[in-house]
Amino acid sequence: MKKFVVENRIWDKEESLPRAELAALQGAKLKETVARVQNVPLYKEAFSKSGIAPEKINSLDDLKRLPFTTKADLRGHYPLGMLAVDRSEVARYHASSGTTGKPTMVAYTQNDLKTWANLCARFLTGGGLLPEHSVQIAFGYGLFTGGFGLHYGVERVGASVIPAAAGNTPKQIMLMMDMQVDALVCTPSYALSISEFILQSDISRSALNLKHAHFGGEPWTEDMRVRIEDEMGILCFNNYGLSEVIGPGVSGECAVRDGMHISEDAFIVECINPETLEPVAPGEEGELVFTSLCKEAMPIIRYRTRDIASLNLEPCACGRTTARMSRVTGRSDDMLIIKGVNVYPSQVEQALLRVEGTAPHYLIEVDRPDRKDVATVKVEMTEKSFSSSMKELQELKDKIDRAIQGITGLRMNVELVSPNSLERFIGKAQRVVDRRRG
Amino acid sequence: MKLKQLSVFLENKPGRLRELCALLAENGVNIITLSLADTEQFGILRLIVKDYDKAKALLEEKGFVAKLSDVIAVEVKDEPGGLSEILKIEEASGISVEYMYAFTIKSGENAVLLFCFDEMDKAVTALQSAGLNVLESVELYQRAEG
Ligand SMILES: [Zn+2]
Repeated sequence: MKKFVVENRIWDKEESLPRAELAALQGAKLKETVARVQNVPLYKEAFSKSGIAPEKINSLDDLKRLPFTTKADLRGHYPLGMLAVDRSEVARYHASSGTTGKPTMVAYTQNDLKTWANLCARFLTGGGLLPEHSVQIAFGYGLFTGGFGLHYGVERVGASVIPAAAGNTPKQIMLMMDMQVDALVCTPSYALSISEFILQSDISRSALNLKHAHFGGEPWTEDMRVRIEDEMGILCFNNYGLSEVIGPGVSGECAVRDGMHISEDAFIVECINPETLEPVAPGEEGELVFTSLCKEAMPIIRYRTRDIASLNLEPCACGRTTARMSRVTGRSDDMLIIKGVNVYPSQVEQALLRVEGTAPHYLIEVDRPDRKDVATVKVEMTEKSFSSSMKELQELKDKIDRAIQGITGLRMNVELVSPNSLERFIGKAQRVVDRRRG
Repeated sequence: MKLKQLSVFLENKPGRLRELCALLAENGVNIITLSLADTEQFGILRLIVKDYDKAKALLEEKGFVAKLSDVIAVEVKDEPGGLSEILKIEEASGISVEYMYAFTIKSGENAVLLFCFDEMDKAVTALQSAGLNVLESVELYQRAEG
């Protein structure tokens, strides 16, 4: 099989501006954005309290004087309280999937839709998409921003779209073979199902012409990338976005695949400590915060994504100068502080994934017996990880211990427990019991 | 020449071992011998039973993790020096003991030592060429039930 290689291409000159030029551009656009939102009730009130006005925004440094926007703020202004233009100017609505209660509506003007398609074209180009390619979009089309966002992004590149939408895996594979599709767009977990189906139905790899895939819509791991790439013989690229900010197109990987380039001419990114709200150093994990610089219908100021990642400001080998974000490794809502160290349950999960044979079921218990935090991780035994030898079980515990320490920097007690002894959850799992409070 | 041993993961919680033994007894599984290796938090129960597949299925159905592995049974006279003789033989062949336990067969005055070695096949050869009686599983079951 001929291995597909992605050529290094850059879509827009804005992706590789000198950093100083970029900062000046961001400062000017920030001023425009503040002017655009000054009549949005939420911002109007916050601005008047702290004496903020567009004419007082002179550079990027003024960003820190602006208020944060949270998911709760958006909920409180459902459905269109955040709209900065007249409704007649809106060209399309989308919504974020609310796991509880009502969704958050987002709106786009005609210009916003053009901007959005162009931002998607950037990361698609970074990930090897060429005008002559056919792209199968196996994302849901609807209120979810993924389907339509990528659809118009692919068209913007000049490639052709096969809007297969999500589901019906046999049909997806039929289309992929019959249409000799070059690239796949879907969630990484759906790609795993497609790959599994191909393997089970004994379809020869040569029947497919698939070269690369662009995954987004959910966090995934490097292990998943390796697995999908090996099974399908393709290159997989990660992209990131959220509807409150614009949808897909906030960031995406280039051919180097060492972090996702953030379109900084369109968004200012910050990475903060979710407790102190102070910025963290580059390379350190924190909560991502975005300010839109390009949106008309629903600009957003310092939106706290609750997504945990780190930023890399070093220039990339691809020639882009924009900041790169790591994979999203957790949610700030879940953050624990143990012995003064920030820990996310997802980091423990990540550690367990590195120890072969362990189950993804775990529970973190935190106590403070002598004014010192003690964290215990309970891990279920599986047939694969169990051994008749005490030495091997001790080694397993040590391996888990080292993996957790390696990722979190913290020593936790590891307890091996019986299978199915930890509670199972439908939907969001409860992974932490913190007995330190009350 | 090897014998199937059923190992079960046991959390150190009151009643778990009793529950397990009762389950096997109710279903007519006769435990020839058992050994418990434990730490503060958990233990490994090692069982020799004739119907190991049935026992494993029963335990798994009740949510236990159980695993089959091989051990070697060696019959020795129930008198001082039996164990050290075996350890000497294995040491000379560069084989090491992962764990061992012992029991006495009802009908005789001989003891049976059960071993898990790092190199099982090599261990069997070394023991046999030293003239020791490595028990076949069928023979062990018959004599234990004898
Ligand atoms: Zn790059």
